[in-house]
Amino acid sequence: MTFLGMPTAPRGVGHLRGAESFPVAARRALADSQLRRNLGKATSTIRAKRAAAVGELPDWEQLRDAGEAIKAETMAHLDRYLEQLETRVIEHGGTVHWARDAGEANRIVADLVTAAGATEVVKVKSLATDEIGLNDALAADGIAAYETDLAELIVQLGQDRPSHILVPAIHRNRAEIREIFLREMGDVDPALTDDPAALAEAARLHLRRKFLSARVGVSGANFAIAETGTLCVVESEGNGRMCLTLPQTLITVMGIEKVLPSWADLEVFLQLLPRSSTGERMNPYTSMWTGVTPGDGPQQFHLVLLDNGRTATLADRTGRAALHCIRCSACLNVCPVYERVGGHAYGSVYPGPIGAVLSPQLTGVQDNASLPYASSLCGACYDVCPVKIDLPAILVDLRARHVEESRREHRLPGPEAVSMAAASWVMASGGRYRAAQRAARSGRVLGRGGRIRRLPPPLSAWTGARDAPVPPAMTFRQWWQQEHGGNQPGPAGQPETGSQPEGGSQPAAGDRA
Amino acid sequence: MRIALFVTCLADTLFPDVGRATVTLLERLGHQVVFPQAQTCCGQMHVNTGYQREALPLVRRFVEVFESSDVVVIPSGSCAGSVRHQHAMVARRFGDERLARRAQAVAGRTFELSELLTDVLGVEDVGAYYPHRVTYHPTCHSLRVLRVADKPLRLLRNVAGLDLVELPDADVCCGFGGTFAVKNADTSTAMLADKMRSVLDTRAEVVTAGDSSCLMHIGGGLSRLRAGVRTVHLAEILASTRAAGPLPAGGAGRPRAGRARAGTAGRARAGTAGGAGEPG
Repeated sequence: MTFLGMPTAPRGVGHLRGAESFPVAARRALADSQLRRNLGKATSTIRAKRAAAVGELPDWEQLRDAGEAIKAETMAHLDRYLEQLETRVIEHGGTVHWARDAGEANRIVADLVTAAGATEVVKVKSLATDEIGLNDALAADGIAAYETDLAELIVQLGQDRPSHILVPAIHRNRAEIREIFLREMGDVDPALTDDPAALAEAARLHLRRKFLSARVGVSGANFAIAETGTLCVVESEGNGRMCLTLPQTLITVMGIEKVLPSWADLEVFLQLLPRSSTGERMNPYTSMWTGVTPGDGPQQFHLVLLDNGRTATLADRTGRAALHCIRCSACLNVCPVYERVGGHAYGSVYPGPIGAVLSPQLTGVQDNASLPYASSLCGACYDVCPVKIDLPAILVDLRARHVEESRREHRLPGPEAVSMAAASWVMASGGRYRAAQRAARSGRVLGRGGRIRRLPPPLSAWTGARDAPVPPAMTFRQWWQQEHGGNQPGPAGQPETGSQPEGGSQPAAGDRA
Repeated sequence: MRIALFVTCLADTLFPDVGRATVTLLERLGHQVVFPQAQTCCGQMHVNTGYQREALPLVRRFVEVFESSDVVVIPSGSCAGSVRHQHAMVARRFGDERLARRAQAVAGRTFELSELLTDVLGVEDVGAYYPHRVTYHPTCHSLRVLRVADKPLRLLRNVAGLDLVELPDADVCCGFGGTFAVKNADTSTAMLADKMRSVLDTRAEVVTAGDSSCLMHIGGGLSRLRAGVRTVHLAEILASTRAAGPLPAGGAGRPRAGRARAGTAGRARAGTAGGAGEPG
């Protein structure tokens, strides 16, 4: 439940935990050939766009360094920057609410909507509100939430879950989107084609009525400037700007890690974010607002600052770098695991490599224990991360935390823990190691025609799809012994057996097969 | 130069030809190779599966066995990466700062094979001869942990007779990932399927890499399909010469859908290395 005594995101609310483990969910996703095709096409297209947009900046690596440094500085003094932000927002006529977790944040927003006398809200695409399950909470209070981002609208109408941070409907192709519109919009022309422009026009007509009637808008935030109290949302469609400017009341739910110290910091992040996420030099719409402006835009502004496990994440020296994330999704688009299984398999609103390090930290690693292993540690994510989050290193650290916490909880070690302990015991001694090699050679009887087609569990998971090598007649060290004999001195000039490591290995004869 | 070989537990036990090729190559280039026999495993599998406590004695053992060596060579990008980027971290996790500093010192003298050849020994043409159509898979840890870049390709381009074909989407992971291949076998297999498609598209007869583990994965898949493409470690290609031919196999080694064997004439070390009773 807690890491270092810090509260994590509570169970039973929001979308940070999947109903099943990653391998189980991935298995089903891998069987969906339409999904594989959609994902492969979309991620390869966006990868190429990003590479081109990044490649034209000679100072890209310096920008990454700057982004990392600003985020590290922010996290080191997060308390100070958040209080500064609060002061500035209040000075400019806004109201600031502090939400410890998803439940508190949902309650605050629902009460504000009810106080505004509204039963409908329009929403800008927001991961934070998806993380806390705000739409479900509002529905329970009789409030309808309308997603206005085109992809979020597709997901909402399809009674689906988002599968990508930036492109929530990446798992859908346009033929599927047309079917969803025809089925769910009600007022759509039955002659609608799957031409992207026609689909966008249908959505525009559908949404326009909502924009003009809604009295409350709900948004997330990409950045908040402590120095000025300014909030910032970047987007592509302009629907976000409608939500941010037309309603009388604006409620922004923002994770506490989104604050930046100064206005000048935007120079760095407004270069890093669009190039990394959509592969554009600049996103089409950047909206900024500071408190309220009389006679212009929303006259009530509420900022809800959300913790929901972020302080617990901040407490870990290695894992806290996950809070540097600016939600660009470049790591998803290059991840060979994400490209094949899609976002739903991660069971959280945060999929891909960043989700595999963020979700388990927000919930506590035991509640998302399969996610840190949902990576081959290939490192492609680290290379594209605009703020240089060392995702493979955090994944490895989270695996260790999972093993250590399982031990602390006195759970019986599974077959894996036993075999890992056994392997360590064997490898820590030259004598035991050679005995194990002799045992492995007995595997030669399994080999037919130079390959092994079937092994018992857990190695059956290997031979399900791949042959296994037949152990050779002679190990390397046996060959070395035969070739180079026993007279070779050790590396320091003294007899090789002179420098014996610990670990219970027998010196001299024992280490000389 | 006097070079200490850390052969890796995988090559020692399952792919001894990789170690033999490394020794043959370095000796042919005029260097002395020593094999500290107390060596076992670098501990990477433990670290990457979450068992850092179990990795600690293996880190200590590696440091004690190799800290008196001037230069250490490892015919694996992944294990070299673990030595360079994980050993000190493991020691620090358990509060052993002294071991961490010793590990860092050894790591600074530890090189993957292609790094040793190009950076330390300053050689790109090792005088090898390998008359086959070959494609090269840059393994993830060679590429993104060690940053070997095109060093293996520079070595391969200088091999006489070798027809080097570029692998499409070469930098994409093959799906091995250590215990990932078992814990997430379905996803691993899906990644392997795409890698095999890339390999087959090249029409190469040999796929090579600097890591026996990734080759075991790719080769295991190709063998299952009877694809007619074999996996050969970079060291084995670089050890082959016109005079001696490819190194004769000392054991069965990794599965091979089809084995290319040089004629028996002129095999280096034939009598001593080729094991009796070796399966074909």
